[in-house]
Amino acid sequence: MKRSSQSRPRRLGRSAEERLGWLLSAPAVLAMLVVTAYPVMNAVWLSLFRYDLRFPDRRAFVGLRNYASVLTSGIWWESVLNTLIITVGSVSVELVLGMGLALLMHRAVFARRTVRASVLVPYGIITVVAALAWKFAFDPVTGFVNPLLRVDQAWLSQRWSAFAVIILTEIWKTTPFMALLLLAGLTLVPRDLLDAARVDGASTPQRFLRITLPLMKPAVLVALLFRTLDAFRIFDTVFIQTRGAQGTETVSVVGYNALITRLNLGLGSAVSVLIFLCVLGIAVLYVMGFGARLAREGEEA
Amino acid sequence: MTTKEGGGRRRHVLETLFWKAGSLFVIVYALFPVAWIASLSLKPAAHLNDGRFFPREVSLEHYRRIFQDVQFPAALRNSIGIASLSTVFSVALAMFAAYAIVRLRFRGRRVILGGALSIAMFPPIAVIGPLFNLWRTVGLFDTWMGLVLPYMTFTLPLAIWTLTAYFREIPWELEKAARVDGATPFQAFRHVIVPLAAPGVFTAAILVFIFAWNDFLFATALTSTNAARTVPAAVAFFTGSSRFELPTGSISAASVVVTLPLVVVILLFQRRIISGLTAGAVKG
Repeated sequence: MKRSSQSRPRRLGRSAEERLGWLLSAPAVLAMLVVTAYPVMNAVWLSLFRYDLRFPDRRAFVGLRNYASVLTSGIWWESVLNTLIITVGSVSVELVLGMGLALLMHRAVFARRTVRASVLVPYGIITVVAALAWKFAFDPVTGFVNPLLRVDQAWLSQRWSAFAVIILTEIWKTTPFMALLLLAGLTLVPRDLLDAARVDGASTPQRFLRITLPLMKPAVLVALLFRTLDAFRIFDTVFIQTRGAQGTETVSVVGYNALITRLNLGLGSAVSVLIFLCVLGIAVLYVMGFGARLAREGEEA
Repeated sequence: MTTKEGGGRRRHVLETLFWKAGSLFVIVYALFPVAWIASLSLKPAAHLNDGRFFPREVSLEHYRRIFQDVQFPAALRNSIGIASLSTVFSVALAMFAAYAIVRLRFRGRRVILGGALSIAMFPPIAVIGPLFNLWRTVGLFDTWMGLVLPYMTFTLPLAIWTLTAYFREIPWELEKAARVDGATPFQAFRHVIVPLAAPGVFTAAILVFIFAWNDFLFATALTSTNAARTVPAAVAFFTGSSRFELPTGSISAASVVVTLPLVVVILLFQRRIISGLTAGAVKG
């Protein structure tokens, strides 16, 4: 796979090459660190203080007291639950829908360019716009959903119907991205293998379940990992559609409310650090759970 | 033989029909909310509550209103400027890094790629607080640069991974061949390498621009006035022309104005965008 023509500038000695490599990458690395490493460390630092921007003089070191407040708060745990509900709800449906969409994009010859372009619209559209579009659609006053279904439901005013709208919006918006990731995995399945199986009499579902899916496992896992992390961080849709009211507050909304709305940098930073740890935890679980299996299968293949 | 052929052909027709219906469904699925919001934007204010999908009559009053107000044009300017700057900086930095990663062997290569990946999975909410505080202290709050910097950071991973994938496919020895044929280093670079690298750079630029254009969290947290508020943040806080009027029409008109160019760009460059998004997954 690696081209032998990776002709490096032959004139450079080994250490000169190292230096040049670092020199060229340094600006990018610096830009990435300044806005992530420093603020994260700062967040950890701030989380150890009682620090409210409205009363800056009352700032004091309180150690882990902020974490204790957050971790014993019903609001925090409810938001974790909410975030998990939305994550699991959207990612599971997206996986199935995305797989179908990927198969369609892989096989379809009708209006292929239009289909592919259409699929990118949900990806490119501003999340705020998408959230507003669906919010207006389900609005009891201006929307068309209530007249269409002949119900009179105030969708975004009740917890579970609000979840439904939020999850629907998320699914609509990100299924295409999931489909693209899966499509990339689909293209790696060798055509001749499938043809040979068809000649041998395997039916379409059999071919899919026994050949395509197992060969796509790495792509599926990568797509799942990215989407799960993405879904856990959800903010825009929830903020636009409910502002977190009606028991739909997610962890990011809790963080935003603490930091920006109430200007409580101490508590807000503690929430931020906890969110960071959650995301880290999810990533580690994935890598540990599936990474080992991937590596093993890679060796077996 | 004939029965098998006939049966096979019928199955083929059914399959084709199935895929065609599927394609149609996908197109409707994707464009449905866009059509809905366009429809809302064209409804005269009095008809906004009629609960119909298509407008009974068409009116451009909302479009007129958002351009007369000072909020929306300012937000448009901010969005275009900030997204463009972010794109230029991010792609420039990523180009150098990607070149180094692909063509030079140095020890930090994998670390940089891995680190970039972890930043892509980062929860931005974790940095909002300190950035808010820091920007206020340094004077970057509510400024263009105040948004360009975080956008650079969070798009660099995407840009680096995309460019790395594209640069890996470039036959670099063509440059040497051109020089052997008598071209100067600059000529070789400009006439051989640049055309080969251009598609990758272009794709990375589109992806970065979409991210910067799209962002809501940073735009809301790190701005407060028309000086730097971008479209997503402005639209979310749109007020109607009077306290009693729903801003639905204005919001819809604004949404259409910012979405239509994007739809055009996507239609023109869909192949680039798709290959850019899948490049990292397949070749990475």
